[in-house]
Amino acid sequence: MPMTSSGRFASVLPILTVVAAIVAIWYSAAIGMNGKWARDQAARAEITLSTSELIADTWSQERPVLPVPHQVLGELWKTTGEMVLKGRAFSKRSLIFHGWITLSATLLGFVFGTGAGILLAVGIVHNKAMDMSVMPWAIASQTIPILAIAPMIIVVLNSIGIQGLVPKAIISAYLSFFPVVVGMVKGLRSPDAMQLDLLKTYSASGSETFWKLRLPSSMPYLFTALKIGMAASLVGAIVGELPTGAIRGLGARMLTGSYYGQTIQIWSALLAAAILAASLVGIISMIERRMLKRMGAKT
Amino acid sequence: MSETVIEAKNLDLTFQTNDGPIHALKGVDLNINKGDFVSFIGPSGCGKTTFLRVIAALEHPTGGEITVNGMSPDEARRNRAYGYVFQAAGLYPWRTIGGNIKLPLEIMGYSKADQAAKVEKVLELVDLAGFEKKFPWQLSGGMQQRASIARALAFDADLLLMDEPFGALDEIVRDHLNEQLLKLWARTEKTIGFVTHSIPEAVYLSTKIVVMSPRPGRITDVIESTLPKERPLDIRDTPEFLDIAHRVREGLRAGHAYD
Repeated sequence: MPMTSSGRFASVLPILTVVAAIVAIWYSAAIGMNGKWARDQAARAEITLSTSELIADTWSQERPVLPVPHQVLGELWKTTGEMVLKGRAFSKRSLIFHGWITLSATLLGFVFGTGAGILLAVGIVHNKAMDMSVMPWAIASQTIPILAIAPMIIVVLNSIGIQGLVPKAIISAYLSFFPVVVGMVKGLRSPDAMQLDLLKTYSASGSETFWKLRLPSSMPYLFTALKIGMAASLVGAIVGELPTGAIRGLGARMLTGSYYGQTIQIWSALLAAAILAASLVGIISMIERRMLKRMGAKT
Repeated sequence: MSETVIEAKNLDLTFQTNDGPIHALKGVDLNINKGDFVSFIGPSGCGKTTFLRVIAALEHPTGGEITVNGMSPDEARRNRAYGYVFQAAGLYPWRTIGGNIKLPLEIMGYSKADQAAKVEKVLELVDLAGFEKKFPWQLSGGMQQRASIARALAFDADLLLMDEPFGALDEIVRDHLNEQLLKLWARTEKTIGFVTHSIPEAVYLSTKIVVMSPRPGRITDVIESTLPKERPLDIRDTPEFLDIAHRVREGLRAGHAYD
């Protein structure tokens, strides 16, 4: 039998099927979850709703328990694309503005976290005392709920006059350094005994071993760690916006949304955060592919 | 009388392990002269690799004396006395073949022009001219091992130490590489120390065969080969070859290698 579908279509079809299933489940769940409110309202107004009226109502409420995809997308468009068209992309009502606030904290935190993670990993691999002492603390740091420590970081830094972007970036770095430490320690230790012996036969120094063998060997581990670290940075930046009553950023949008029962606003901020995370991780994947290709990876 | 490159006297090496001491080498006496092709043969645990690693200063003896070019192994290594070929090619996958051969040259501080010239020279020696820009995965196992030999030759050490370099390759490739190695040895006049556990390989390649046996690791026989320097592959069917192979086998038996 001849193949009727092209390779590309064959790989897109399963993805679309899953998306369609999720959307279908979402819409039907909204009927159940928003139905009570719709019926209560109808009872109060002493009218009875037909099934189709009920469904239409559950999909178009202003403050639904579960907003449906077209409401979330509509809100997302209203607060991004439409604002751009009006030339107000950076107004306080625009998600682009709030997204940028969160993104800048995420990126700064990612740089802090990655830098600290790599430095710690280099120390752990080269220094026995650090190997014994740092790792347990790094692990302990991740067992503390970030929600508990985030307000303290902000209060402490505020008392020494540091406000705004930096405290959020530090909370974000607090989450993102850990995968980088773990990944880089593993990566820097990945050369086997034979590869290390080879450099010994050249009487290579510790720094030559690091630059010529350990660091290049660790690249695949580093990129895996960076992808996890990037997602963690975003979570950290959002969490950093919650306990401070911040009025700017995606975290602030979620918070104010929950104060006023603006579920559609919460969901659109959630979706924006997800899109942001996916794009950032996608960018790292792209750099990874380029880099590993230059390092001779099979294509 | 030719000049002595390696001189070992009553050499001992004992590893301390949780199961008690392991005598990897005990009372090893051996002289290797310049231009020799010396094979070390014996079963696992006989100390043949350990001995090679002692020469390379990758292990340090716990007793006795050893000199390489009249110096301690550590000094000799700092003076770039030897190139070492491991069982696996161990090429860096992120470097091209040329880049891999440059690795020791970069560490030893050769100029860029020198590096390029040497890469070209050794690639030609191992018959890999034109493969400089390829990555290791683009080469077969045998070619990768040849590249690793080129890497060991790059900085002009007079001594080449090879630890079962063809152990992981199939017999046909192995035959071919053995033939090439002999040609390379004749052209470069290096001294070669070669660890193997193949009797035909040891007999075919060597001017001197050192038979070793385990527990404790020691030398049971040293056979000076009577084969001519010029050795086509079918020399392995001559009575002279078979005689030497027989003596190697006897040496292994005497050391209880077959128990």
